[in-house]
Amino acid sequence: MKICILDYGSGNVASVFNMLKFIEFDPEISNDKKKIRDASHVILPGVGSYNSGMEKIKRKLPIDCLENEILKKGKPFLGICLGMQVLSTVGYEFGKYQGLNWVEGEVKELDVKKSILPHVGWNEVNAESKNNILFNNIDNDENFYFVHSYHFKSFNKKNILATSIYEETFASAIRKDNVFGVQFHPEKSQKSGMKLLRNFLKI
Amino acid sequence: MKKKRIIPVLLLKDGSLVQSKQFKRHQNLGNPFTAVKRLSNWASDELIYLDISRKQSYSKKRTDLNFSNVFSPTELIKEVSKVCFMPITFGGGIRKLSEIELLVKSGADKVSINTIALEDSNFIKEAAKEFGSQCIIVSVDVKLFKNSYFVMSNYGKVKTNYKIEEWCKIIQDQGAGEILLNSVDNDGMKTGYDIKLLKNISKNSKIPVIALGGVGEWKDFSEALEKTSVDAVAAANIFHYYDQSVFLARKFLSDKKLNVRKPELF
Repeated sequence: MKICILDYGSGNVASVFNMLKFIEFDPEISNDKKKIRDASHVILPGVGSYNSGMEKIKRKLPIDCLENEILKKGKPFLGICLGMQVLSTVGYEFGKYQGLNWVEGEVKELDVKKSILPHVGWNEVNAESKNNILFNNIDNDENFYFVHSYHFKSFNKKNILATSIYEETFASAIRKDNVFGVQFHPEKSQKSGMKLLRNFLKI
Repeated sequence: MKKKRIIPVLLLKDGSLVQSKQFKRHQNLGNPFTAVKRLSNWASDELIYLDISRKQSYSKKRTDLNFSNVFSPTELIKEVSKVCFMPITFGGGIRKLSEIELLVKSGADKVSINTIALEDSNFIKEAAKEFGSQCIIVSVDVKLFKNSYFVMSNYGKVKTNYKIEEWCKIIQDQGAGEILLNSVDNDGMKTGYDIKLLKNISKNSKIPVIALGGVGEWKDFSEALEKTSVDAVAAANIFHYYDQSVFLARKFLSDKKLNVRKPELF
């Protein structure tokens, strides 16, 4: 198994690397086309805003190569937080920006009235169905660590893998075929996060 | 539902973990790295390191300490983030965006800034723009003078002209992600949080408020969660007194049906 963690200069790449090492995998941090082609799994971490993330992705990642490996060849892919949001068609943080459009949807600010933003802290993640490969062995009352103000609104309900509640119910995990995305940070979610990453790497 | 957070604070002075009393007396507790392993295993929600050293570079050759490895902030964060899979905040002495970048690269999820923000509140905005609001905690040291709370600078020593309400509004307007509200009067006194202060600030805050200063027993946590709108309860000294301290605190709060993560040992 070869795990490639993409690094477009957006923070917490090392955290994902460290957790995978801790659970005894041997990931590599690289944007190299050959490494991406050789990889069995590709992970896109991220923190920050949609437009700056997309700009860095366009500048630093070989998008053609990624689309070929992931969308055409079907390599398992996991986007984390901003790495999930940029999979969308369009994002509305600080203006309107095009995303990668791998999973149809838009990224908008959480619609909260009583609560404060960002949504920061531990929250439950409810898998949509029992037979859910990414959440295998993870109970519905397990908590994951979130820190975000924007969320992924999937155009197709079928692509919603799990939801969470922060005043409104939002998609905390999405899936379209081999492309997975999670809004929370498994790499900061202790035991539950380890389980989820192990599940992803079994795919 | 989103949970209220329980956050151990690790105070560092010249590379060692210390206890603090009213920002003045500091007692050495030893190696900051072994302490964090313990807290990580006991399922803290986050960790905050606050470096209260007066100078930024530590001597690694000190012989008066009873252990040999003294870490610099970035070394410490690098090591800690290999074993500790929860959000880590580092604060203390940060004056430049480049210092934040280095800490983030080393594995810090957030930084806590204080004195530099008081000197130049635009720094908050610049830092939030560069690293995102979620990354920037403004730590506020506050002291009661007659009937008004004033913000203190320079490690709680110097009174500023800011009243607490006024400063908290500026912090929010400049784009800070969270407020770490620390009572200088209650620090290390084990008399509980300053509930009146927490209530007043958390009620009006549009960003999460983390309570700090004064916890002497578990019920001090529940009092803050029951009577105020703080988003997180933090403490330093108490978490180093007991074995499995975070677990015990969580169990206490969970038994009282407060909205915290279920207690479990890693």
